[in-house]
Amino acid sequence: MTLTRRYRFAASHRLNTEELSAEENARLYGKCNNPFGHGHDYVLDLTIAGPVDASGQIVNRHDLDTLVYGQVLARLDHLNLNCDVPELQHRVPTTENLAGAIEKMLMSQWTLPARLTRVRISETARNTFELETK
Amino acid sequence: MLLTRKAEFSASHVCADPALTPAENRALYGSNANPHGHGHNYVLEVTIEGEPDPVTGMVFDLRKLKEIINAEVVERMDHRFLNHEVPPFDRVVPTTENIASEIWKRLEPKISAPQAQLKNVRLYETADLYVDYGGGR
Repeated sequence: MTLTRRYRFAASHRLNTEELSAEENARLYGKCNNPFGHGHDYVLDLTIAGPVDASGQIVNRHDLDTLVYGQVLARLDHLNLNCDVPELQHRVPTTENLAGAIEKMLMSQWTLPARLTRVRISETARNTFELETK
Repeated sequence: MLLTRKAEFSASHVCADPALTPAENRALYGSNANPHGHGHNYVLEVTIEGEPDPVTGMVFDLRKLKEIINAEVVERMDHRFLNHEVPPFDRVVPTTENIASEIWKRLEPKISAPQAQLKNVRLYETADLYVDYGGGR
């Protein structure tokens, strides 16, 4: 059985890589390369898998929420992904890289009895990225 | 091919194990343990896997599926207090996991066609929390 829980955070970013010229960055990332950045209301769906325990739950909601608030939301919400997030330093804060960073943030402190199996992030209602975790 | 049909029901519940203290139940279930209960608009998505029948072109008769879901789930659970009115939740804590498992148990034997089987039960407790169950553990 799996349980999927949805969280939300708002953050700003700018897509730009030092590996490319200003013109190449502008061509590659388009509006997302705007020098002053821009923001999104991200929607994060975490999927947890495991057997149902004696309490009738795969995972204690409070324990999961505490971990996600502490490790992810408090470190991303209303912040700038380029400047404020150590896991994304020297990495382009695409949603692909953001999904990997969130997996690392969670797994570094993961003590829950169930497994994290998927990180899904919607950058907007039209763009969704899914990472199957190991 | 997969076919998914959605249904909704509204119900109240309390998540608390009578063998535990109020403090222990609060630690396990949070505000879901409040003793007088509270409610949700549950959304159920039932997915059937199969091959379209060569004559009818259907994986499963949708009208029949609707009737099965209504009889086994909606009519039993809609506008009910699960703990008081809907067995087995007089003795099984009605967490989303346990409700999904019970729905699977009720639907699975009814959805038997030569080329179609129940594949997944997805139950949303709120828009922000759902459980997927495909049988087994």
